[in-house]
Amino acid sequence: MDGFERDGESSRKGGAADPQDEIMKTAETEDEFASGTPGAHVAQTATHPPAVLPQKMRSLYWHRLKRRPAALVGVIIFCFFLILAMFGPWIAPYEFDVQSAALRLQSPTVQHPFGTDQFGRDILSRVIVGTRNIFLLGGFGTLFAVLIGTPIGLVSGYVGGLVDEVIMRLLDVLLSFPSLLLALVLLSVIGPSNANLVLVVTILYIPMLARVVRSMVLDLKTKEFVEAARVRGERQSYILFREILPNSLPPLLVEASMRFSYSIFMVASLGFLGLGVQPPSPDWGLQINEARNFFSLAPWTLLFPAGTIALLVVATNLMSDGLRQVMLPGVARD
Amino acid sequence: MLHFIARRLGFVVLMIVLSSMLIFIATQVLPGDVATMMLGRFATDQAKENLREELGLNLPLVAQYTDWLGGFATGDWGDSVSTRAEIRPLVLQRLRNSAMLAAVAFAIFVPVGILLGLVAALRRNSWVDQAISVGSLAFIGLPEFVSAVILISIFSIQLGWLPSQSAIDPKSGLWEAFPSLVLPAVTVALTSLAYIVRMTRSSTVDVLQTDYVRTARLKGLPPSRVVFTHVLRNSLLPTITVIAISIGWLMGGLIVTESVFGYPGLGRLVLFAVQRRDIPLIQVTVMVVVLIYGVSNLIADMLYAVLNPRIRYT
Repeated sequence: MDGFERDGESSRKGGAADPQDEIMKTAETEDEFASGTPGAHVAQTATHPPAVLPQKMRSLYWHRLKRRPAALVGVIIFCFFLILAMFGPWIAPYEFDVQSAALRLQSPTVQHPFGTDQFGRDILSRVIVGTRNIFLLGGFGTLFAVLIGTPIGLVSGYVGGLVDEVIMRLLDVLLSFPSLLLALVLLSVIGPSNANLVLVVTILYIPMLARVVRSMVLDLKTKEFVEAARVRGERQSYILFREILPNSLPPLLVEASMRFSYSIFMVASLGFLGLGVQPPSPDWGLQINEARNFFSLAPWTLLFPAGTIALLVVATNLMSDGLRQVMLPGVARD
Repeated sequence: MLHFIARRLGFVVLMIVLSSMLIFIATQVLPGDVATMMLGRFATDQAKENLREELGLNLPLVAQYTDWLGGFATGDWGDSVSTRAEIRPLVLQRLRNSAMLAAVAFAIFVPVGILLGLVAALRRNSWVDQAISVGSLAFIGLPEFVSAVILISIFSIQLGWLPSQSAIDPKSGLWEAFPSLVLPAVTVALTSLAYIVRMTRSSTVDVLQTDYVRTARLKGLPPSRVVFTHVLRNSLLPTITVIAISIGWLMGGLIVTESVFGYPGLGRLVLFAVQRRDIPLIQVTVMVVVLIYGVSNLIADMLYAVLNPRIRYT
């Protein structure tokens, strides 16, 4: 028995008992689970938190997700792309780099559903194989940013004072550039390569993730269960990683999923500007940039990759917004 | 209030100085010797040495930095190494073009965004709201080059209404350049619109649930009066901040849009500088963007404080 069920239970009853309250709530939220709990993590803070999300919590999230068709569609499309990213080379009907002079700029047919490009390469195969690069670069960039940003945010928020001030100001410097501009300048310095792209995405997202974690820590460290752990004489590291960190997870996950969807934007834009994945590896952005020259002749060379990026971006946005509403209901959107 | 302004101003100045250090250090550790890069591999050592002398590359790093920052602050922005032209007139020209594009984009997305956000909030949970919310969500983070190529394919290639390339004449004013500005401005507006819509919607929803709005309704004020005098005045506060912050991005962050349309703005100049590895030009253009970014953030803070007196004391 943990704190969630009790909390959810009592607040639901509380909500029903007070008609005035109930009217306000129906206006505010669409599903009954969210009505009493302004945020899952807030409910958690009332009692001793467990180290991982318990079964109950997961089924609560699932229950809420089922009621959001848009988010569900996002998740399904995202999973589809994830499969393409993992098994792309085996799914693709052709090798992505096989050229054929006879098949140059062919319009879509049954053999080549997306048509062929200026070198006679199958566009569908290039799009499918290119999925992996986007996922790997954006995914690892976001992952490393989480892994580095989280401890920075934890320490900064927990220690406070001068340390906090210095760390936050240094991170603010990175935020005082438009992100694509900073990416461009950094890449021009270290040169475009896959490892460097991951590095740049990581550097860009560390400040944002560290900020989210820090603000959670500031909120949580005054809570009773943290106080209790301190009185019990727990070590600092225990309090940070077993008490505070698990409770910071929902907003952290939401932020990370948003960052991931921006990283697709970033990687594709850098590819478009010629600073992304280097040819002949298939890159969606670069593919679109090259296809611009053939647009009036062969519009499919451009429209299919562009449509694919649009589909993935929309799906990731729907998913991360759904995740926010499921994990942090009632918390205002940015 | 004065105290608040002073603190914010100090903060922005600190950020700009730290950013200038970052720019300077980042561009100084560029791999490869600048002199070799500029003169080619077969230049004599003497020629390279002369060039280093000329660029001040043999001075200690701190002296180089203070020289450069002093030069930047006093308006001596130096020469571009790739075009050998003076940087200042070039950057100012591009800045003017960027401002024109920003103004047109601004005129599109600010009113449309506020209107859509307001409608979504007033018709909350209806199909209109769903359509606006999902639609704006779809456009957040949609790369500009994707929406740009789709717009070009419809309006310049299929319909032939507007030019697909916006390489405007340097002397042309807003009016002559206007047809070339429409497509890039719409592209930019589509990306920025979503933020305004979401911000306006969520803050309007909050305000609609306050007691004073309920009181206004219960005392029988006409709905339009409630919306315009009670709701909008309060719900636009966060939106105004978002709008002010977006100025910085509009002036220097439109690298992709400007390069798709070939528009001679500041963003494309940055890209040009990066591609040519033109260090003086990179330093100046990025510094100008950081300045605009910092100032627009400062304006956002000020506006927020002026419009919402509570913030000044926290």
